Amino acid sequence: MAVDIPDRLPPATSVGVLGWVRRNLLCPWYNALLSAATAFLIAKAAAPFWNWAVTNATITLDPAVAKRHTGAAWGFIREMWPVFMTGIYPAEERWRPLLALCAVLAVAGLTCVRRLRGAGWLRALWLTTPVLVFACIRGGGITGLPEVGTHYWGGLMLTLLLSVVAMVAAFPVSVLLALGRTSDMPVARPFCVAYIELVRGVPLITILFMASVVLPLFLPSDLDLDKVLRAMAGITMFFSAYLAENIRGGLQGLSRGQYEAADALGMGYWTKMRVVILPQALRIVIPPMVNNFIGILKDTSLVGIVGLVDLLQVAFATTSNPKWFGRLAEAYTFIAFWYWVLCYGLSGCSRYLERRIPSAGK
Amino acid sequence: MLGGFLWLAASMYRNTLENLRTRGIGSGFGFLRSEAGFRIGEVTGLPLPQGGFLYFLLSLAAGLLLSRLVARRLAPGRGGPLPGKGLAACLALSVGLPLLVLYAFRHSVEIVRYSESSSYLVALATGLANTFKVAALGCAGSTVLGLLVALGRLSPNWLLGTLCRWYVELNRNLPVLLQLFFWYFIVLRGLPGVAQSIDLGGWLVLNNRGLFLPALVPREGAWLFCGAVAAALCGVWVVLRRSRRMWEETGRPGRRALPGALLLLGLPALAWLAGGTPFSLDFPVLQGFNYKGGTGLTPEFTALVVGLTVYISAFNAEIIRAGIESVSRGQREAARALAMNERQVMRVVILPQAMRVIVPPLTSEYLAVVKNSSLAVGIGYPDFVSVGGTILNQSGQAVEIVGIWMGVFLCISLCISFCMNVYNARIALVER
Repeated sequence: MAVDIPDRLPPATSVGVLGWVRRNLLCPWYNALLSAATAFLIAKAAAPFWNWAVTNATITLDPAVAKRHTGAAWGFIREMWPVFMTGIYPAEERWRPLLALCAVLAVAGLTCVRRLRGAGWLRALWLTTPVLVFACIRGGGITGLPEVGTHYWGGLMLTLLLSVVAMVAAFPVSVLLALGRTSDMPVARPFCVAYIELVRGVPLITILFMASVVLPLFLPSDLDLDKVLRAMAGITMFFSAYLAENIRGGLQGLSRGQYEAADALGMGYWTKMRVVILPQALRIVIPPMVNNFIGILKDTSLVGIVGLVDLLQVAFATTSNPKWFGRLAEAYTFIAFWYWVLCYGLSGCSRYLERRIPSAGK
Repeated sequence: MLGGFLWLAASMYRNTLENLRTRGIGSGFGFLRSEAGFRIGEVTGLPLPQGGFLYFLLSLAAGLLLSRLVARRLAPGRGGPLPGKGLAACLALSVGLPLLVLYAFRHSVEIVRYSESSSYLVALATGLANTFKVAALGCAGSTVLGLLVALGRLSPNWLLGTLCRWYVELNRNLPVLLQLFFWYFIVLRGLPGVAQSIDLGGWLVLNNRGLFLPALVPREGAWLFCGAVAAALCGVWVVLRRSRRMWEETGRPGRRALPGALLLLGLPALAWLAGGTPFSLDFPVLQGFNYKGGTGLTPEFTALVVGLTVYISAFNAEIIRAGIESVSRGQREAARALAMNERQVMRVVILPQAMRVIVPPLTSEYLAVVKNSSLAVGIGYPDFVSVGGTILNQSGQAVEIVGIWMGVFLCISLCISFCMNVYNARIALVER
């Protein structure tokens, strides 16, 4: 006769919160030591930062009051944040970059609606947006708005403009470079290989110096490119090489059958690339391309060295103001926050795309 | 298309000549001989390639070449291991000979230190030496730190794993220039002044003028001592090889602990006894308004090395972690089933396979260290790019300076790629 033995619950120390703590923090004994050391380290590093950023901080706009506290003076950020966003862009015209940003976000939002994707007018809208954004921010000419030259551009706006323009401009160049490198044309192939390897072998800062000092020498003396445009050219040159290597990876990741099938259908080189190869290859490399974009976003901070006032350089511009002199720590925290949010968001986006886009190997 | 390209190149050349003429700038590399006239904050001594140093370089090249020939001749079949005598001969040729030459000609080694009256060429070379210093320290430091962080992320300890994860997320999502500014303007400028400096009994002094460490001052016996250390290291290598060979042939390792320790301790000790104390320590001492003596590291140098190390270590940690995780579970389980202990599983099974995944991306991180060291220009450390920028501003020779920059960085990149490719080929999977 079977005796019903009531189910016994596992001991309280191996399930629930206690069990989790035991498994992940305390067992075996050296793990407990490690946990204690880590906790000590975190407390040691985080406590001063917390005190500085929250406990002893002030948000008053009066620098005299802020000076009496040992912590951060967030009033500095409160007063200066338009400068962080747009640099020395005239205050009464600041609605224009904001409008441009809203327009871009609206178009991007429309694209996210699945039903509208692929509509002809949306494509036309995407093609006209860059022109409209440029016209809106710069003004002058037929727009009837007062002109704001590029030397007034700065802050987060300049950082975003530089990186987006570099990405968009580098894309066609890098597709051509990747196609050239994988082709067997006699002159184009060595040229593409040399260009890619040369650019990938040197630091961005030398290319920026080249764009700002040497490029004007190469051009006719009556053609005067402005500083922002030169920096854009430099960053575009730099990133087209990196992007080309990514795209080459996509081209080589396709199975040979795709190339051979296109050849068997009697397609010419350009038709084959346009209709069969590139759509598939580019889809595979979207996640690495997003990572590349993160790289551009971070590396635009170098344009400060050739004299542009991007998000990072605004820190020096605002803290040399006698009213808030030397508040570098607050400025860097604020800037770091922006860079971190943008880059972390983009890398999350890249991870999401990686899961959604089936890679060629699978 | 080709015609258009040629036309573009030709018109660019014509424009350049015309622009240079209107600005009154000459072309060519002749300007490198003229006097620099500016100050460089951190000067590294450069051995001139003449006299003793030239002989040393020549003997090094000859030794390497000869030992390569000997190895070719003696190795049974391609790539097989060398017999012991051949190996000894190779070591003597490639290490012993150059050291001997350096010792023989030690009085004719000329070391030039940059001063304001030196030429632009010396200034550039000093900058390049500074770049190498930063890059070497950055590569080594970021690898070690990255390894530690990767191990932390792989540990079953949740707290440590989370901390390491956020370390990586924080560091790789912030621009490196921002991090350099943070270390330089916030951390190092925020340190106490000279009078209140953090002083660990002279072994480490930290204040807002930089980091001071004791310096090693070579004395009479230093040459002998260094030679003995080099010989001892070579000897230990031979002993380890022999022990490994015996392990492979007979299944039990040859003796290695005792002879190795004897060599490693005995030879330098003998040299110490024969030549007297090889080095004396020079401690930094507070004199007047600053510390004197010892090895002073400028705040710029410290910030650059620390910033680069921390930034790149986040990437290295991810690379190492991905490499270790790429080895499939079955491998570890199979190794455990063969009764290997945890150390053997790691050394014999996991690491060799992980290294194949780790080395190629690690190469590009090392290249990134060298390239990112050029950001020194942002915090005023006199590296190659920063010195070049000063020369560019002074002389206006933009095309030449940018050309030199690109050429030198390209050479460095190719050298690192070459070395890492050789290493990669050695550890790569040998397929039939």
